[in-house]
Amino acid sequence: MAVNRDIFVRRDPNYDFQTYGPEPGQWQQAAALPDQLVPTHCCFCGVQCGMFLKVEGGKVTGVEAREYEHNRGHLCPKGVVAYQQVDHPERLTHPLIRRGGKGGRLERASWDEALEYVVSRWRRIQQEHGKDAVAIYSGSSMTNEKCYIAGKFARVGLGTRHIDYNGRLCMSSAATAYTKAFGLDRAPLPMTDIPLADSILIAGSNVAECFPIVTDWLWQARDRGASLIVLDPRETATARTADLWLPVRPGTDIAVLNAMLRILMREGLVDEDYLATRVNGWDEVRAAVEPYTPEEAERIAGVPAERVVAAARLYGRAARSLILHARGIEHSTHGVNNVLACINLALARGQVGQPGGGVAMLTGQGNGQGGREHGQKANQLPGYRHIDVPEEREQIARVWGIPAEDLPWEGAAATEMPHLMVSGEIKSCLVLCSNLMVSLPDVAVVQRALDNLDPLVVIDFFLSETAARADVVLPGSVWCEDEGTTTNLEGRVVKINRAAPPPGEARRDWEILADLAHRLGRGQYFPYTSAHDIWQELREASRGGLADYGGITWEKIDRQGGVFWPCPTEDHPGTPRLFTERFAHPDGRARMFPISYTPPAEEPSADFPFRLTSGRVVYHYLSGTQTRRLGYLNSQAPEPWVEIHPRAAAPLGIADGDRVRVRTPRGAMELKALVVPTIRPDTLFIPFHYGNKEAVNQLTNPATDPTVKIPEYKACAAAIERLDAPLPVLAARPKVNYTPESQPKMFPYTAGETKDPASREAKRY
Amino acid sequence: MAVKTLFVDPTRCIGCRACEAACRECDSHKGESMVMVDFVDRGRSVATQPTVCMHCEDPIAPCAQVCPAVAILITPDGVVQQADPSRCIGCRNCVYACPFGVPKFDVGAKLMKKCNLCYDRTAQGQKPWCAQACPTQALWYGDFEEFAGQRRGHPVDLTRFGEQQVQTRVFHVLPQAAQWLDVSGLLQDAARELHGEAAPREEAWVL
Repeated sequence: MAVNRDIFVRRDPNYDFQTYGPEPGQWQQAAALPDQLVPTHCCFCGVQCGMFLKVEGGKVTGVEAREYEHNRGHLCPKGVVAYQQVDHPERLTHPLIRRGGKGGRLERASWDEALEYVVSRWRRIQQEHGKDAVAIYSGSSMTNEKCYIAGKFARVGLGTRHIDYNGRLCMSSAATAYTKAFGLDRAPLPMTDIPLADSILIAGSNVAECFPIVTDWLWQARDRGASLIVLDPRETATARTADLWLPVRPGTDIAVLNAMLRILMREGLVDEDYLATRVNGWDEVRAAVEPYTPEEAERIAGVPAERVVAAARLYGRAARSLILHARGIEHSTHGVNNVLACINLALARGQVGQPGGGVAMLTGQGNGQGGREHGQKANQLPGYRHIDVPEEREQIARVWGIPAEDLPWEGAAATEMPHLMVSGEIKSCLVLCSNLMVSLPDVAVVQRALDNLDPLVVIDFFLSETAARADVVLPGSVWCEDEGTTTNLEGRVVKINRAAPPPGEARRDWEILADLAHRLGRGQYFPYTSAHDIWQELREASRGGLADYGGITWEKIDRQGGVFWPCPTEDHPGTPRLFTERFAHPDGRARMFPISYTPPAEEPSADFPFRLTSGRVVYHYLSGTQTRRLGYLNSQAPEPWVEIHPRAAAPLGIADGDRVRVRTPRGAMELKALVVPTIRPDTLFIPFHYGNKEAVNQLTNPATDPTVKIPEYKACAAAIERLDAPLPVLAARPKVNYTPESQPKMFPYTAGETKDPASREAKRY
Repeated sequence: MAVKTLFVDPTRCIGCRACEAACRECDSHKGESMVMVDFVDRGRSVATQPTVCMHCEDPIAPCAQVCPAVAILITPDGVVQQADPSRCIGCRNCVYACPFGVPKFDVGAKLMKKCNLCYDRTAQGQKPWCAQACPTQALWYGDFEEFAGQRRGHPVDLTRFGEQQVQTRVFHVLPQAAQWLDVSGLLQDAARELHGEAAPREEAWVL
């Protein structure tokens, strides 16, 4: 936890129970005894903690601990108050429509009016501009069933190739790296394996704030004597008590990781037997890391060479070592390579496939794992099938009962969509489970893109910053108003149960999509009467795919406490540990890729002397649409702040608590300064959960990894100054390493989607 | 009889305030947290520390001893209860007497409020909400033997303030073995460090 609420609210030193903001309605029923405890899981991060919801008279009134294998009854503050969303006064309870057109007000409408309007507009747009002129922008903080139906609705209901989801901003680089290296994209081991490790390297993850529950597993490992190494530009709560903290310059992690691998080689800590029998590509990697001496790592990454050496020895001499990585290294123009560099380390030590060893991604979103498996990604079909492999297209077309020729081909990535919206190639977009106005980089461009849509349709349960710009808003359900499954960051499929009906006229999201499909005349493909119907179809569709859910049933999830995919048959127990004997590539071997350091797209210059990085706060989740509305959470961190080192702040005359201006080439924002020595002096940090004038994405660079299009949220050039400092008159410039001209694939906002829709080339994976 | 109690381990605390959020869920004081999480010194570190009622045993409950209205009652098993609202006269003696700064005075309600170890839950064999929720188990609930079997760290139940000392039901977990938590000694160390008398040699951690 990085900030003290004192910076926002003055507390009564005598008594501070009452500074927490207003409470939603259920609190009045404090004395009510629950007549039911509904077993379910938290709606927030990828850990998906088990919890009970207290239900009294059809209302959700509270939360109770539920012993589940991975959270063992513990909850973080978000989990404790998650239930307060259910009867929240700001819930959307009826459809809204902007009758006066852009600039008009959102007015109450009936479902018939709202849906008929949407369908008639879509019909006209698709007749005039082709099927692909309507896009879907989806999300992963919802059940597998909803993710599945979002993909099917796009491909079958609308027949558009443009569907992508917010996992593009989150897991796409890790997913691609794991697919390249192992042939399968899933964390290879369960959380309960963490205490088996003797050394744990955390690369770019603020575990304490983003995954508080994982912290206990780390501490258990530490109790067993494991060493802990943290690679992070900030001294996070995890880094504070770690054995070694590597304060890396944002965007330069590869230099440190490669230097560590070079030391492992030099000191004979590489598992040559494992490399010879289970891995391809070691010789190229060996040559590629040769230039990365500890001194070179120090020069590039700013980590003292001795610390790099110490880290390599701590990590390399441990019998069992584990690397946990997250967005800190993945949100980068070389995000895939960052992850591959971690994988190289783990493979060189012969750890992948061992209990408690290897490498694991910490998936951020609630269903960030399941959401990327069932076909709401631009290039993907259910069961982790590829949309450009003819056999896999055939399989899914058969399940859906359509000819394979009718199945659209790969569409635009989420970060490519804003360009197509501005250029008019996408005329209308349905957004569900996403808040683009907070989450996408360079908000000014996003706003232009969204305002160019007619209509922008949003399904949400609160009026998010994106919903506020929509032409039609359709009220959806929160997690516990529907049932279904999610897949957590371990690959464990868990069951979400229904505790309450949606409020007012609000509907479950899958019902809205199915209704739209019926009105589009495609109802025969969406005959669902319950989420379970969708689940059964999802199982069928995933059968035989990489992410095989064929043998998972809801009953089995209850019986076993979750089921790890792949689970091909009903008598199969699931697969908690992957790669124990073979990797998922056809030859059964893992692949190593030689990785070289490339700088971030933008680096500091005299005009913009700092590196700006962004991240999470423990009280908030993603775009904050939910958590900023929950009194307790918001009272702890009601607005963003910028962290700056005292050594950097002093010459600029910035004192702790001052309001300051942070500028980048995209824009400027004003916020409070937190002057603390727990951050690199050349780095600024701003949390990203806030909207409008408080959104850090007004400042971030929209450059992306050229292959997977994940934005570089974690490193751009920035300046910070007091509010009374004059604004620069001349156009200030950062150091630009890549431009849209030199690297068009890195700048989807500028270059857009360049893929030819008619290209039917089968890619080989 | 093994006494089940809280163990507070600041090396595990990440300052997430799940304990506060969970404490506020208790039906008997809904919306109010009796546990407090504080930064030790945010200007220097991200270190945080939760404070719960320590349920003093010897001397027994200074808060109760100074209460002129005998509003603070102690259960036979040694749990110091919150002031009984029908007896509390709002004099704040307890606030001043507590060596740990635990009782809070609710100005609006004119009542003292503090942690009662979730008596409704613990009497039924459940964990108090703070330790139940705590994602890092910096707040841990159980008995001494269980702790010794499962965890690293050195629990102490004796806190010294100069010449005075208090033995508590709740344990602090220290990184090194010690007979007691020496508060004034630690304060003097910190003061020396602050005034540069024993400035620790700081490694150049960033280049």
